[in-house]
Amino acid sequence: MNVLAVLIPVSLILGGVGLVGFLWTVRNAQYDDPEGSAARILLDDDTPTD
Amino acid sequence: MSSAVSASPCPGCIPATLVSEHVAKKIKSNLRFSVPTVHCAACIAKIEQGLLAVPGIRDARVNLSLKRLGVQADDSISETQIAEHLNALGFAAYPLDQEALGTDTDPEGRALLLRLAVAGFAMMNVMLLSVAVWSGATDATRDLFHLISATIAVPVVAFSGQPFFKSAWTALRHRRLNMDVPISLAIVLAVGMSLFESRQSGAHAYFDAALSLTFFLLIGKFLEHKTRGAARSAARELSALEVHRASVLIDGQAVSRAVSELAVGDHILVPSGMRVPVDGDLLSPTAQMDRSFLTGESEEIEVLAGAALQAGEVNLGGPLTLRATAVGEDTTLRRVAAMVELAETGRNSYTSLAARAAQVYAPVVHLLALLAFLGWLAASHDVRMSLNIAVAVLIITCPCALGLAVPAVSTGAIGKLFSTGLLVRHATALERLAEVDLAVFDKTGTLTRPGFDVTTSGLSAVEQSILLGLAQASDHPVSKAIAGTLGPQMKAAALEQIEEIKGAGVQAYFGGERVQLGRADWLGADFSGTGLRIGGSRVRKIETTETLRDGAKTAVAALQKAGIPVHILTGDRREAAVDIAHQLGVRDIQASVRAEAKLERLKDLEKQGYKVLMVGDGLNDTAALAGAHASMAPSSALDASRNAADIVMLRQDLASIPLALAVARSTVKLSRQNFAIAAGYNMIAIPIALAGFATPLLAALAMSTSSVTVLANAMRVRFVK
Repeated sequence: MNVLAVLIPVSLILGGVGLVGFLWTVRNAQYDDPEGSAARILLDDDTPTD
Repeated sequence: MSSAVSASPCPGCIPATLVSEHVAKKIKSNLRFSVPTVHCAACIAKIEQGLLAVPGIRDARVNLSLKRLGVQADDSISETQIAEHLNALGFAAYPLDQEALGTDTDPEGRALLLRLAVAGFAMMNVMLLSVAVWSGATDATRDLFHLISATIAVPVVAFSGQPFFKSAWTALRHRRLNMDVPISLAIVLAVGMSLFESRQSGAHAYFDAALSLTFFLLIGKFLEHKTRGAARSAARELSALEVHRASVLIDGQAVSRAVSELAVGDHILVPSGMRVPVDGDLLSPTAQMDRSFLTGESEEIEVLAGAALQAGEVNLGGPLTLRATAVGEDTTLRRVAAMVELAETGRNSYTSLAARAAQVYAPVVHLLALLAFLGWLAASHDVRMSLNIAVAVLIITCPCALGLAVPAVSTGAIGKLFSTGLLVRHATALERLAEVDLAVFDKTGTLTRPGFDVTTSGLSAVEQSILLGLAQASDHPVSKAIAGTLGPQMKAAALEQIEEIKGAGVQAYFGGERVQLGRADWLGADFSGTGLRIGGSRVRKIETTETLRDGAKTAVAALQKAGIPVHILTGDRREAAVDIAHQLGVRDIQASVRAEAKLERLKDLEKQGYKVLMVGDGLNDTAALAGAHASMAPSSALDASRNAADIVMLRQDLASIPLALAVARSTVKLSRQNFAIAAGYNMIAIPIALAGFATPLLAALAMSTSSVTVLANAMRVRFVK
């Protein structure tokens, strides 16, 4: 059962990484214009849009 | 915005040179525009690249979800110039008033999303540990897992559960019960009991139940916030579209000011076709005003110098000047707000379905838990076990499904109505709309379109082309209506020396003969209204009639078919009302009704036992809109009326009224079904819990299956036709 001492922290850290990533996307205003984000992927990278 | 002038809504009123050249090129705060036609990736690229090529524009960013554009620009370019550039790119754009719009970001929504994410993360981790416990972990392993679960669950519940705790606390402080009270109690007791059990190396810990309860209910809260937020933001955009600026005359120069900065005694210039921004006395010799928004009268009114003008009237003649007598909160428009507030008390005291359910559910559950505790204590004298069973009763009674029953359905309903152009502005609007059994319509501007229809059948082709030529030279609404009717059919006659005589009409020469279009008394005719004279012949009357809005007939017919009688209540003359009522097949008409009388009439109908739906747009309808059981207003209505209405119709079409009614009725039906489903689960689960057979696994199963069933049932509201 000693393996639990490694596995549990590992799983918590991995989950935590996902959570922090999600929080970053929220703070980065990535959910403010979902339709726009879906459309912008179609824009040509060669032409500067931003 | 350092230069008020450059943001003028009326570029013609102010000489462009006033845009001060010596002011340093400061970046304006983010300017925003409504761009309703943007719909694809190509549109985004076209607008953003097109605008960046314009000198003075630093940055442009389209928000496709909101159909809005944000622009960072120098002071060298004005809002109107940017709008013109957008028009040239092929997109109609309307500047939005920054103050009325507020910010684009939604801090409350973000906070909810954060709490939801944290609760979801914690729930999944604790659930993993719980699965190990359920599958048979014992002794030290079980205690360790409980300890880890506790370290995750306690801070997360404290953070993510705050919206429920706050709402429950507010309700309790006002000595009321809402759904958040049993929910908060269940969450807190589940965590507290589990902490105690873990310390005692007990077998049952409900950390996962507490967290999944928080997570599922936060989904409901977040969905509700999102749909409400979309409706709120659209409603704000409507008022931001209105011009909140006016031209003030200072030493004979027109200066653009925000309406909120006007002072009593200011001389204010009101251009043709614009609304009077504040109350004031007329300084110009004469003026033609449209008071339909204030009184419901469809015909224009001629006033002389010194007459009192009220905010909200529309100037139909040439530009006029007035001296402000009341500004801001003191104007007639604002004073209606007091009346609205008084009329609104009924609406605010309406108990929603969820509140009624909570009032029944909360005492029953709390009493059951208490009885379970006392009963088991008497039978076994074991405090710890009795407490365990009481908490299990609280957790297993599906507060989750009950908490989702109404928000899940109303979220779907509001979203569906939003996609058909209906903004639901009030939380209990749909429930009240479902109970309606009588509909009262205003006439001018609600059943009829703003504007006129013109009959020109009595005129020859040449006369019609002369009429068109004259009409095209003027901005008067009747002229515009003539131009709109005849314009597509023919070419205008070539007229010479066209001249608009303010407050009278237009005159010109056609083949050496004088031709005139204008007020009948100016032409010397013996009728009232608008006349046309060609050369020396007699004056011909131009018949103007009000036109029904699209869908008015279908809406009224559908309501009558659904067993809801329709009444017309108008401030206009009886003859005008009868004509419209006849076209719609409505028999109950009351004409020449003032604003206060409208509200009284509604109260009378309510005393007779009717629940009234009021549909209106004018200032004279505002109190009635606020006082009715449920109310709807078209988006062309005044700001004050829109704010008083429960539902705002964004499309110029009344056909959506029966749909709103159908959706409202099915919302209530599905919400009731959801309560029944939750009650059904309880009937199975409560005896099990009372008997002491409840386990954390059973609680988790009951909670998720009941929540999923309720959510699935709520989806059905989207299929209403």
